[in-house]
Amino acid sequence: MDALNSLIQGLAVATQPINLLYALIGVLLGTAVGVLPGIGPALTVALLLPVTFKLDPAGSLIMFAGIYYGGMYGGSTTAILINTPGESASLATALEGNKMAKAGRGGPALATAAIGSFVAGTLATLGIVFLAPWLVEVAVSFGPEDYFALMCVAFITVSATFGASPIRGLTSLFLGLGLGLVGIDKLTGQARLTFGVPELLDGVEVTTLAVGLFAVGEALYVASRRNKREEKLEPVRGSLWMTSQDWSRSWKPWLRGTLFGFPIGALPAGGAEIPTFLSYSAERRLTKHPEEFGKGAIEGVAGPEAANNASAAGTLVPLLTLGLPTSATAAMMLAGFQQYGLNPGPLLFAERPDLVWGLIASLFIANAMLLVLNLPLVGLWVRLLAIPQPWLYAGILVFATMGTIAAKPSVVELSMLAVFGVLGFLMRRYDYPVAPVVVGLILGPMAEAQLRRALQISLGDPLVLVQSPMSATLLSIALIALVAPFILKGMNRFKSSED
Amino acid sequence: MDHTPAARPDTAGLVISAVLLLLAVVILWDTSTLQLATTYGIGPKAMPCVIGAGLIFLSAGNFHLAWRSDFPPREDIDPQAVVLILGGLAALIAIIGLGGGFIAATTILFVTTAAAFGRRAFVIDLAIGLVLAIAIYLLFDKLLTLSLPAGPLERLI
Repeated sequence: MDALNSLIQGLAVATQPINLLYALIGVLLGTAVGVLPGIGPALTVALLLPVTFKLDPAGSLIMFAGIYYGGMYGGSTTAILINTPGESASLATALEGNKMAKAGRGGPALATAAIGSFVAGTLATLGIVFLAPWLVEVAVSFGPEDYFALMCVAFITVSATFGASPIRGLTSLFLGLGLGLVGIDKLTGQARLTFGVPELLDGVEVTTLAVGLFAVGEALYVASRRNKREEKLEPVRGSLWMTSQDWSRSWKPWLRGTLFGFPIGALPAGGAEIPTFLSYSAERRLTKHPEEFGKGAIEGVAGPEAANNASAAGTLVPLLTLGLPTSATAAMMLAGFQQYGLNPGPLLFAERPDLVWGLIASLFIANAMLLVLNLPLVGLWVRLLAIPQPWLYAGILVFATMGTIAAKPSVVELSMLAVFGVLGFLMRRYDYPVAPVVVGLILGPMAEAQLRRALQISLGDPLVLVQSPMSATLLSIALIALVAPFILKGMNRFKSSED
Repeated sequence: MDHTPAARPDTAGLVISAVLLLLAVVILWDTSTLQLATTYGIGPKAMPCVIGAGLIFLSAGNFHLAWRSDFPPREDIDPQAVVLILGGLAALIAIIGLGGGFIAATTILFVTTAAAFGRRAFVIDLAIGLVLAIAIYLLFDKLLTLSLPAGPLERLI
C-alpha cells in the first residue's frame, strides 16, 4: 500500500520531539483562540499565522494542523456554553448543545462533541490518506483549462449555490476577485489597480483581508449593537463523563455525521453548514427520543459536531491535492503554505512528500492530543470564555493589528486593514456572506493564470475550454450550479403566487 | 410576497448598488490605461473586463433587490462605538507612521476599543493595554524575533 507507506514516513516526521511540541503548541493556541466568542476557525488560523513566521515549513505546517483542529474544537465549546457560535458551521451544535448546558448537562455535551470530533476527525483523516494519492494521480493529467474549470465550479458553489441569496454571494465573490486584480500582473509585469501606490504592487495580502473582515469587522459589528443582546455563559455543572446511555446514543450519530461531512467537505461545495444541518435533521428523524429535540438531545450535538469536523478534514483534500481552497479556513491554510512559497498540488506531493505526509500524519496526532487535553482542561477554556467583552475585543484587535504590523509595517497595509474592517462590518450588517471575498481574492489570480496559460498553449483558441472532456463537464456543472438557484427561486415564486 | 407595491426601495441597498457600479467603472478605467502587450491568448486586460462587467451586472441585481426592498431588516447601531474603534485604528496608523512605536500604538487601540464596548475606566484600561502591548512586544519581537516597529518606549526595553 503506497498510501500507508507514505503515511508511515509522515508519522516519522510528525513524531520527532520538536514537531510533537509544535503540534502541542498549535493545539493549545488553536483551542485557546478558537474558544473566544466571535472567533471562528478561519480567524483563528489568520490570527496565529504570525506565530509561525519564523519556523521552518515542516514545523509551521504541523503547528497549523494543530491550530486548525484546535480552532474547530474551541468553536464547539463556545457554541455549547454560550449560544454564540463563531461561524455558521457551529449553529447546529449550538441548537441542542446550549440547551443541554442550560439543563445542567454541559459536561456530557462537551464530551460527546470532543469524542465525536476525534472519531470523525480520525476517520476523515484516514479518508484523506486514501483519497489524496488517488486524486493526485488524476490531477497530474489535468491541463490548465481543467484547473480553470475546476476553479469556476468552486467560485460558483462557494458563492451562489448554497447561500441564502445568489446575488449577494456573487457580489461578495466579485469584490474578492476585484481585490485579486490589484498588483503586478504576473505574466506581463503590468501594474493593475495600484493607482501609483508602490505598496500595492505586491497585491492584497489574504491575511490582511481575512483579519480585517473577520476580526475588525466583527469587533465593529458587536460594538455597534452591544446593547441589543446579552450573552450568558452556562457553567459546566455535573459530571463531565458520558453515561452508558449517552454513549449508546452518540456513536451512531458520530458515524453518520462523518459520512455526511467528509464527502461534502471534499467536494468543492463550500462550507460545513450543509453537512451539519443535514446531520442535525437526520438525527432528528432517526432518534428514539424525539421529545428531547429542541430541549437538549445529545444526538443533536454528536452528529453535527462530527459532521463539522469531518467536513473540515474533507476540505483539506482539494486543498492539498489540487491547491483549491473551498472555505475561508482552507484559504487561510493556503496562505500559510504560500508564505513559504509552497503551492499545494500534485507537484508538492512529488517534491516534498515529507511536508505533505508530515502534515497529514500530524492531523492524527493533533486529534489525539485534543481528545486527551480538552476534557481535563475544559475548566481553563471556560475561564477564557469569561473574559469581559471590552477587554476581549480590545485584545483581539491588538493581536489582529500586531499580525499585520509584523508582516508589513506600513501605513498603507494598516489602512487596508481598517478599510477591510469597515467592509466586513457593512457586509455583516447588510447580510452579505464574507467567505466568498476571501476565496475570490486567493483563487481569482490563480484562475486567471490558468485560463491565460490554457489560451497560450492553444494559441488563443477559446474552444480549448470545451474540448477537454474534464473541463467541459466541470464548466457545465458550474453553469448548472449558477443557474439552478435562480430557477428554483423562480419556481417557488410561481408556486407561491398560485397559492 | 414580492408583489407588495407599498414597500419602499431600500436606501442603503441603492447606495450599495451605486458603489458597485462605481467600482466597476474604476476597474474598467484602470484597465483602459494599461499598455497593450502582445501575447498569445488573452492579455492582462481580459480578466478586469470580465470582473468589471460582472460588477455592473451585480450592481443591477442589487438595485433590483433594493427596489423590491428585498434587504434584511436591520437594527439601529451605536455610531459612537464605531467611531471610537475607527478612531483607535486611525490613531494606531498615525503613531506607527510617525515612528511612535508598537507599544504606544496598540495601547491606544486597546483603550479606545474597550471604551467602544462601554468601559469608562480609562486609567485601568490604559494600564492593562500597556501591559498587554509590552507582553506581546517582548514575546514576538524578542522571543520569536519578528520585527515590530520600535519607538521611544521600545528602545527603553
